Amino acid sequence: MTDKTALTGTTAGAGHHDDPGYRPVFVGETRDRLEKMGANYPTRQALLLPALWMVQEARGWIPEPAISEVAGVLGLTPAQVKGVVTFYTMYHTHPVGRFFIQICTTSPCNLCGAEAVLKSILKETGCGELGATSPDGRFTVIEVECLGACGFATPIMINDDFIENVTPERVPGILQRYQ
Amino acid sequence: MGFPHPSHTRETVVLSKYFGDSAARTHDGWVQRGGYQALKKALGMTPEAVIEEVKASGLRGRGGAGFPTGLKWSFMPKNDGKPHFLVCNADESEPGTFKDREIMRWTPHALIEGCAIGCHAIAAERCYIYIRGEFTEPWKVMSQAVEEAYAKGVLGPNAMGSGKRIDMVLHRGAGAYICGEETAMLNSLEGKRGNPRIKPPFPAQAGAFGLPTTVNNVETLAAVPHILVRGAEWYKGLCLSNPKSTGTKLISVCGHIQRPGNYEITMGFPMKDLIYDMAGGMRPGRKLKAVIPGGSSVPIMNAAETEDCLMDYEGIVARGSMLGSAGFIVMDDSTDMVYQVYRLARFYAHESCAQCTQCREGTAWTVKILERMLAGKGKQEDLQLLLDLSEQMTGKTICVLSDSCAAPVVSGIQKFPEEFEAYVKGSRTPVMASV
Repeated sequence: MTDKTALTGTTAGAGHHDDPGYRPVFVGETRDRLEKMGANYPTRQALLLPALWMVQEARGWIPEPAISEVAGVLGLTPAQVKGVVTFYTMYHTHPVGRFFIQICTTSPCNLCGAEAVLKSILKETGCGELGATSPDGRFTVIEVECLGACGFATPIMINDDFIENVTPERVPGILQRYQ
Repeated sequence: MGFPHPSHTRETVVLSKYFGDSAARTHDGWVQRGGYQALKKALGMTPEAVIEEVKASGLRGRGGAGFPTGLKWSFMPKNDGKPHFLVCNADESEPGTFKDREIMRWTPHALIEGCAIGCHAIAAERCYIYIRGEFTEPWKVMSQAVEEAYAKGVLGPNAMGSGKRIDMVLHRGAGAYICGEETAMLNSLEGKRGNPRIKPPFPAQAGAFGLPTTVNNVETLAAVPHILVRGAEWYKGLCLSNPKSTGTKLISVCGHIQRPGNYEITMGFPMKDLIYDMAGGMRPGRKLKAVIPGGSSVPIMNAAETEDCLMDYEGIVARGSMLGSAGFIVMDDSTDMVYQVYRLARFYAHESCAQCTQCREGTAWTVKILERMLAGKGKQEDLQLLLDLSEQMTGKTICVLSDSCAAPVVSGIQKFPEEFEAYVKGSRTPVMASV
């Protein structure tokens, strides 16, 4: 693979030849899905956020070689892609637990007791501290800024599930649903 | 309605009429409820006539800035031969605000209809709806509705048989408050970091992909079909105070309040009645201390300022704050104002894109000084230092995130000086670990 293909983005998976064990994300159906989306935008760069979502969907996070792959596929530089990955908080730059928990602790939720919910979740999941993954690999817990559901304090997200009105008392029952 | 509660008799239910009614989510359900009549009507009008109608209604942007919508549309170039875009700002993330979420969850076709009318008005063939990444449920509902709208011929190359092409693309954000700022949103849409752009050029000249673009908030666009069907005069008549603020507004009430929820009021409704009547007032035994009426970016009001305040753009300005996005955060007398100001500053420090020095440094230092104060290590001069810092953060940056951080700091110190003094003088027990 030459630098030229990496820049023009004609080959799926261009640019990650430094990692022979890497399985490209954008092959077959996934690649087709991305290319189909291309019709929605006047530039290929506009596919970057959607492409990163697809990587995270497939791998659970955005590993370094995937950054090179996405750069190759979209005709961008790895630096451009990495800059974007690190700007947005929802892209994981390291592996996380099977269930990723985000707890809103911004002012309105803080007023309504979000800190107690946070403490309870850290304890019940065994994560202990923010950003850490539980020893069994089941949970990772983070604080998140405003989830936009302030009237339903405290909202939390577990992967894509949005759960409202969480109180410390409800935490064990909620976590039980995520085995 | 005061979703999730039943409608209050004093609400003016227009946008929220079908909140909680899942049958309104489908195309057929929407049509049965009078949906898509407005789009049909609009497509039979000239774009200029649509803009004039919206101008005459007095509708102003519901995202926070309150800019007249019809006027904004009229800034788009005419017959320039370039593609135009409408971008719907569904990146709702202003702390305290949760209205656009309900519009998308319950009445997705209202938004699609409003967007389609907007496209016709500004001669855009494509609308991007930029939805914040955390809104997984609104995303699903909207995706289904857009798919259905295509299947039913509402969208596509021959929108409602008009011969006009109207496409709608949902674009998912990935977690960044700043992308709610319109030019940051355009950068994000283009696959870049969400850094706000210097204006001019304004989006109407060079917006998404360098092409003429209008960015409108969800609630603004959802109001447009009602104006088209019931007329500008009707909308203009929804006004309890002054003719500069017309129509209804969804107020997201949250914090220390008995019945948090979205209440739809006519512009000019008394703030006191919103708090004590509609939203049920304070918890038993508690008294009102402060409100932040327009999302966390506007100045804090003390209880006295809420007494005779009218809920509209001018009414709240007259009492020292702003209507903003109408995220209405209520704080009772159990609230530690210093801690809450700190919590807000922390939000802005986290969300700063770090392009501008005043914001990057200012938000971070504001947090550090407040942390020191809360740890019992504040100095008397810290209060002035915070005010000086806030002044340097106001009106000096590309976007207003920096100003938004300064607003609660300055208003907090001015309106609740004794609480800040108490930490500095050591008469209040520190609430944070030593820093």
